[in-house]
Amino acid sequence: MSDAQKMVKVYVMGEAYMVPEGSTIIGAFEYAGFQLKRGVGCREGFCGACATVYREKGDYKMKGGLGCQTVVTDEMYIAQIPFVPADKPTYKMEEITPDAGTFMNLYPSVFRCVSCNTCTKACPQDIQVMDYIQAIIRGDIAEAASLSFDCIRCGLCALRCPAEIVQFNAAILAQRLYGKYIAPQSKELEARVNEIIEGKYEKELNDLVGMAKQELIDKYYSREIKIS
Amino acid sequence: MKDNIKIPYFPGCTLKTTAKNFEISAIEAGKKIGIEMVEMPKWNCCGVVSSLTSDDLMKHVAPVRNFVHAEEMSEKGTVNDSRMLILCSMCFNTMKNTNRRVKNNAEDMKSINDFMYLEKDYEGKVEVVHYFELLKEIGFDKIAEKVTKSLKDMKIAPYYGCMLLRPKEIGIDNAEAPAIIEDFITSVGAEPVNWDAKGRCCGSYHTVNNKDIVVNLAKGIIENAHRSGADAIITSCPLCAFNLDNRQKLIMEKDPNFKTMPVFYFTQLLALALGLEEKFIGLEDHYIDPKELLKNKNLI
Repeated sequence: MSDAQKMVKVYVMGEAYMVPEGSTIIGAFEYAGFQLKRGVGCREGFCGACATVYREKGDYKMKGGLGCQTVVTDEMYIAQIPFVPADKPTYKMEEITPDAGTFMNLYPSVFRCVSCNTCTKACPQDIQVMDYIQAIIRGDIAEAASLSFDCIRCGLCALRCPAEIVQFNAAILAQRLYGKYIAPQSKELEARVNEIIEGKYEKELNDLVGMAKQELIDKYYSREIKIS
Repeated sequence: MKDNIKIPYFPGCTLKTTAKNFEISAIEAGKKIGIEMVEMPKWNCCGVVSSLTSDDLMKHVAPVRNFVHAEEMSEKGTVNDSRMLILCSMCFNTMKNTNRRVKNNAEDMKSINDFMYLEKDYEGKVEVVHYFELLKEIGFDKIAEKVTKSLKDMKIAPYYGCMLLRPKEIGIDNAEAPAIIEDFITSVGAEPVNWDAKGRCCGSYHTVNNKDIVVNLAKGIIENAHRSGADAIITSCPLCAFNLDNRQKLIMEKDPNFKTMPVFYFTQLLALALGLEEKFIGLEDHYIDPKELLKNKNLI
């Protein structure tokens, strides 16, 4: 037999637990007996539901990450963030314009940015968060949409921001404005949507809906993948 | 002296939104007189309004981060002048104030550099320079030689406002008796009027919550300019420009007999005098339309 599994000590909400070395933070929580209902999601680093904050031994810095992607270290203090409270105003895309003024009305806190870059330090996706906030301030919506593209809305930026900006929601607005008003329109997409509306795929879809489960599985795995 | 000044240019947010005519006229006029403005590839808001409290270091992070980016430009050799050129009076004042503070205070410099651990340290190699100062350095006599369309029939009120002159360690000229804007006006062939509101406050940010303060101050400033025989006012501050130009709407509502006056960015007049096309002068972006005045003076 190989050596016994090496264990490390972590503090969950201040209390010490021994967990296997190499565990993710989510794994450590569950090994310690906690059942996570919020603060966990896809477990693959995509969904952004498992924002976590932690401090490591001997390091004064508060760090953030995704609980499913961050591996524990010995003497680490960990906590899961189930939800990040954030203002989310409603708006009609037809009634707003892709400029700084729109953000002044809907997300005025954006203009409180002191350029401290704490949001960027907190981002588990390595997004230049402060840079996209700054792009919004100067009305460069395309740049803001591009820089924030990889955001998974974990909310760590907003939690750490001393100016109390809700970066991730402002980013969605920038991306929507970009999509509606700035991005080049796709003719192919328009043609395909028209085909769907005209019912071109109706029969194919109905066939799929009517299939037995095994038939559907077989069809899925034997499908032809076209890469153009 | 270099034939062509290739310098890092810090625009600031307003020049990218409501003061685009300030930027375009400055860039295009600059090309005619040997200033190549290289916009910093990365910059952030200056912070707006310099914090004067001794313990509020966070407010100085924004300017320092910009200085780091300017130093990087010099290191890469994308410019031949290591200073940072600024047009907006407010940005100029904020940035220069922070620069002075961190250069004179090693502890503050270290605190900010430590906080910005993702970036390289600021080494204090950047000087902040205003466009007016660069014009003076090139020489107003040299500028005058490049003028192809003299503004000889124009009487201009030079408006300094607060941010270009105070505090005196930061000001671009003598705070009590400045002459640099007057010299500029003379260089483009116009006549600077002598008036006593040149350094008076326009009301600044009161324009957001206390419009009446601004309405009263702007009215006084514009009436003073009229009494001095001025045709127009020039400024280098987008906030002053807003308060003096756009707020004339509210002044007219209060006083139907009020006589309006166009307000220009100084670079618009420079661009005009250097013979640039109208699209580089941005005459569409004014509240008080300046075209009639310029047509009467045979300038457009």
